[in-house]
Amino acid sequence: MKKIIYVDNAATTAMSDRAVEAMSRYFKEVYGNPSSLHTVGQTAKEALDEARASIAKCLNCEPREIYFTSGGSEADNQGIRSAALQGAKKGKKHIISTAFEHHAVLHTLKKLESEGFEVTYLDVHSDGLVTAEQVKAAIRPDTALVTVMYANNEVGTIQPIAEIGKVCREAGVTFHTDAVQAVGHIPVDVKADNIDMLSLSGHKFHGPKGVGALYCRRGLPLLTFIEGGAQERGKRAGTENLAGVAGMAAALGEACENLGKNALYLTRLREKLIDGLLKIPHSRLNGDRSKRLPGNVNMCFEGIEGESLLLLLDAKGICASSGSACTSGSLDPSHVLLALGLPHEVAHGSLRLSLCETNTEEDIDYIISEVPKVVEYLRNMSPVWEELQKGIRKHLI
Amino acid sequence: MALYSEKVMDHFTNPRNVGKIDDADGIGEVGNAKCGDIMKIYLKIKDDVIVDVKFNTFGCGSAIASSSMATEMIKGQPLSKALELTNKAVAEALDGLPAHKMHCSVLAEEAIRAAIKDYYDKHGIAYDKAQFPDPHDEEEEHAVKDDD
Repeated sequence: MKKIIYVDNAATTAMSDRAVEAMSRYFKEVYGNPSSLHTVGQTAKEALDEARASIAKCLNCEPREIYFTSGGSEADNQGIRSAALQGAKKGKKHIISTAFEHHAVLHTLKKLESEGFEVTYLDVHSDGLVTAEQVKAAIRPDTALVTVMYANNEVGTIQPIAEIGKVCREAGVTFHTDAVQAVGHIPVDVKADNIDMLSLSGHKFHGPKGVGALYCRRGLPLLTFIEGGAQERGKRAGTENLAGVAGMAAALGEACENLGKNALYLTRLREKLIDGLLKIPHSRLNGDRSKRLPGNVNMCFEGIEGESLLLLLDAKGICASSGSACTSGSLDPSHVLLALGLPHEVAHGSLRLSLCETNTEEDIDYIISEVPKVVEYLRNMSPVWEELQKGIRKHLI
Repeated sequence: MALYSEKVMDHFTNPRNVGKIDDADGIGEVGNAKCGDIMKIYLKIKDDVIVDVKFNTFGCGSAIASSSMATEMIKGQPLSKALELTNKAVAEALDGLPAHKMHCSVLAEEAIRAAIKDYYDKHGIAYDKAQFPDPHDEEEEHAVKDDD
């Protein structure tokens, strides 16, 4: 079998050995329902409590402030809707967010707009960053919620969350952050960052899929989406996904233990990869180069389309992703790249490579040697490239 | 099931008739860069028969595969036959395209028509204008993306 170089870790990750090991106990050995009073059930409950405490420690919050969900999307929905409805009770129906949030946030906000809320979408500028000043300037007496992602899933830019949190706390506005791409990769401390609500997802840091969590600061009300039981302090019914929760806790514990080391290693690989790919003429890096996730590289190559680039790289064993329209199944390329101000024709030619600790220096060398060949091959059959070469069409990058 | 059929992948990874014809008798270009696909077809015509055809395409896998398949289907054919080529026939020859990629086969059909029309225009050959309706609008419904 040909070697596979998986560089799509922002989409999902392989589970770590420790996470798989942690989960294995909960299928046949500790199989109880944590709500049962007998020994088997209570053993399961202890395990659930331990996992909750372990995750709380990684975020610097109390265990009771962690609510397990089916993933990041559910956590985003629950957090945002809860804060919005709480605001509405006091006549506050204004929300502040950014133009390049994940769809779990954006679609929830669109729904709230149709329900009478007003949303201000802050400009993320060409570098993919918002500022605390922008948030401060947008806050109004009727602002119920600020929701700004910790790090962007496509371009990897890390937002000034602590500063935004401070601005929100001072103004008395609830602050939610979708930290799905950040947790386990960069330091996240809900107290230091003044975060009121935070969403995370297990499978982004080598944990299992189908499990996530919402951190909700003590005292803030939460809506119950799923009725039917007292689990998660009555805020999320359903017998707990104990194996998933335990796997997620183990993965997060491991990620946090190695966070500094991993970040250093990945940043080195990332920088090498960026330098290598920028040698391709008429290419650009999307998003600020330094304020970005350690493993994120997002490039545009002029004159080609991203899906064909992805398929040809896949044929060479390189698994990546793109924000082109064709990979999105819509006519428009990624809303993230458009929010950065990229023209459509450039955004179609994007490539995201998201690395993880198991990627090696050799992987990077291979990618740096193969991508230029594929880009050149596609450019040679591209009428757009021909026009760019002849000067009929102006280079945009 | 994979997104694309084996045929699509074959024509995408080993496209037939890629390139340009410097002294082409007719050239057709459709699509636009903003939408993410442009197809350009070059025809060499002798005695009303397409003796050679080449294409250049900026677009996704199915756009390149559709160009490759469509050019293969018209090569050596009389113009009258090439004008009968439908996007459906191109898609069928590729063992089908995903619903949201059908517009790629439409582009292939339109590019061929545009190239033939260009040939007629350049050579002062009279033709029935009804044979060359305006290209379709790409406004079909598209599936929604599952993202990270």
